[in-house]
Amino acid sequence: MAVNTETMTINMGPQHPSTHGVLQLILDLDGETVVKATPHIGFLHRGIEKLSEHRTYHQIIPLTDRMDYLAPMHNNLGYVLAVEKLLGITDEIPERAKVIRVILAELTRLKSHLVWLACHALDIGAMTVFIYCFREREFIMNTYEKISGARMTSNYFRVGGLSADLPEGVADEIRQFAEEMPAHVAEYEGLLTGNKIWQMRTMGVGEISAEAAIDIGLTGPALRASGVDWDLRRDNPYSGYEDYDFDVPVREECDTWARYHCRLEEMRQASRIILQALDKLEEGPILADCPQVCLPPKQDVVNTIEGLIHHFKIVTEGFKPEPGEIYQGVENPKGELGYYLVSDGSPMPLRMKVRPPSFINLQALPQMCEGRLLADVIAVIGTLDIVLGEIDR
Amino acid sequence: MGVEQPKTLGSGFVTTSLDKLVNWSRASSMWPLTFGLACCAIEMMATGAARFDLDRMGILFRASPRQADVIIIAGTVTKKMLPVIKTVYEQMPEPRYVIAMGACASSGGIFDTYSTVQGIDEHLPVDVYIPGCPPRPEGLLYGLMKLQEKIRAERNTFGAAIGVGEVVVPDMVSS
Amino acid sequence: MSDQAIVEKLKAKFSSAVLDVVEHRGETTVTVEKGQIVEVCTFMRDECGYNFLCDLCGVDYLGKQEVRFMVVYNLYNIATKQRFRVKVPVTEEDATVDTVSTVWGTANWMERECWDLMGISFNGHPDQRRILMPADWEGHPLRKDYPVQGPDREPYQGRLS
Repeated sequence: MAVNTETMTINMGPQHPSTHGVLQLILDLDGETVVKATPHIGFLHRGIEKLSEHRTYHQIIPLTDRMDYLAPMHNNLGYVLAVEKLLGITDEIPERAKVIRVILAELTRLKSHLVWLACHALDIGAMTVFIYCFREREFIMNTYEKISGARMTSNYFRVGGLSADLPEGVADEIRQFAEEMPAHVAEYEGLLTGNKIWQMRTMGVGEISAEAAIDIGLTGPALRASGVDWDLRRDNPYSGYEDYDFDVPVREECDTWARYHCRLEEMRQASRIILQALDKLEEGPILADCPQVCLPPKQDVVNTIEGLIHHFKIVTEGFKPEPGEIYQGVENPKGELGYYLVSDGSPMPLRMKVRPPSFINLQALPQMCEGRLLADVIAVIGTLDIVLGEIDR
Repeated sequence: MGVEQPKTLGSGFVTTSLDKLVNWSRASSMWPLTFGLACCAIEMMATGAARFDLDRMGILFRASPRQADVIIIAGTVTKKMLPVIKTVYEQMPEPRYVIAMGACASSGGIFDTYSTVQGIDEHLPVDVYIPGCPPRPEGLLYGLMKLQEKIRAERNTFGAAIGVGEVVVPDMVSS
Repeated sequence: MSDQAIVEKLKAKFSSAVLDVVEHRGETTVTVEKGQIVEVCTFMRDECGYNFLCDLCGVDYLGKQEVRFMVVYNLYNIATKQRFRVKVPVTEEDATVDTVSTVWGTANWMERECWDLMGISFNGHPDQRRILMPADWEGHPLRKDYPVQGPDREPYQGRLS
């Protein structure tokens, strides 16, 4: 009897509980082995880059929130740093604003990694970790709300500093949380690391060598788990990261297991950075002294006519950076988030190109799962830590 | 002759009690589809997790449209995604309800662009709109409770279930 | 190696291809001839150590300069942690560039995105399909002459755009 050897094509997504959003994968299967995987994206393409060409520089900040909605403050941070570089006011940002930016960026890293761990474990079949991670995440959401008024889309950083100072008591709450966080990480490790099923589902799954990873453009924990020691916070420091003492976890195994350990260690290091930053927090201004760029304090707007005119000018006209182009990269929880801004001297950018880490990391998915079992595709999607809002923009 | 009344089993004690039974069972076990589109989906997950705990209201997420009663449009609907959403909606068995969660699903939100559908109500019959960008979990819970109210106020549900007439849907906005 | 030294090295190797060198906010941008982009990129990767392609995108300068498009390559050197930018001018009539996906694998999707949104075609690209827009979409949305709300809708007049 002839054996049927043709491959079977199956469709996964865009409505699928394990694709982390609206990702579609067309998989060619030989039995249970993946022969070919073709990602289809664009189901959440909202035209953020086009829209930003029709908004003033200040008006773009809320759009950046909604790209990587698991790490909104990082998107804000990358954008405001890019505009500050374009304006040439990077050195004028007050110390307090820089320190608060670092605290919130690291808190956001914890938040993003908590969702990654929750979903990754849930996809592989560990329900408890999901509930635990969302418990800790609720604290960060509450802090976000106290600081910016919104649980997710914070819109808190401004070109030149921050929109408001930290409310009273929040710094102490963050300190307590950062002190407790390593114990929580140990709790997750206790649930997963020694678990035989977890080990079998992650060890040796989704391997990619350092050369292949650089060629395909992987960044962030995915690259560091392949043995490349590269972290923008340390190597091209921004927002005062050069003043903090932290380790960059690097692993050599190149697989899902290594990426899991890298991210867990990053969570520990993030709490370490938060504690150092809280020690450095001193009273001071939170906005740079650049009247052409920054909005005046609210009490001036409501009490003086000069303040009102100043506010009106910046809100309606915006500011005009001199013509030129810059690129600013920041270490997002997913990898290198880059903003490439081109100014033609008008109050709106001529072009804003975002380098989305998830978009480029997803490109490695076919390499990582071809020749492996169908069930490993789920593990690979989880370990790449993709966010569709950022992939499609 | 006056306005023609829809065909129902009538509003006697027995039929309305049977309607109440059907409505009670439908409102107490609304199973939404696990279907996240964008940022709102993360708040939907948070609503399902430990702190807000949707399970206590009999709401369990189902991964297949064949088993779901409610579809929560949680996020921006793009022109590329729209045919998929329509297919998923058509796969759901009746009675089925639609919740537009967040500004994007309700009206397009801040994304007034070439690729975004300006509100899912252009294509699906929406029962409850939840404002916010994204709405808080309490907002989603309130929206789900409003939907339960709407289900409880439906008339002739028993009649429709055995094939007599149609469900009479109440006008919740003006009442 | 400083940016200046790299520019000198590039000029020595491709004297006729280097059109312009600009420094802005400490970042160096070199504009090169379109025909030699693959050679320049290979040279940058192998001789200058820029082994990582950070980003690739198209920019539309409609009405701002004579040549309408620029394709921008943001390079990174993982060993020395330096950035460098290479640009090529592309005319509207002949909106094509040779692909660099043979130099860096990561350019594959970036070039597909550039084709999809900006309408710049890449010669020799292994898989040039639309990536973000539906396959049957007409037009290239990021071009300046494409309306932000799409061609089939009356633009909303009540805002700054």
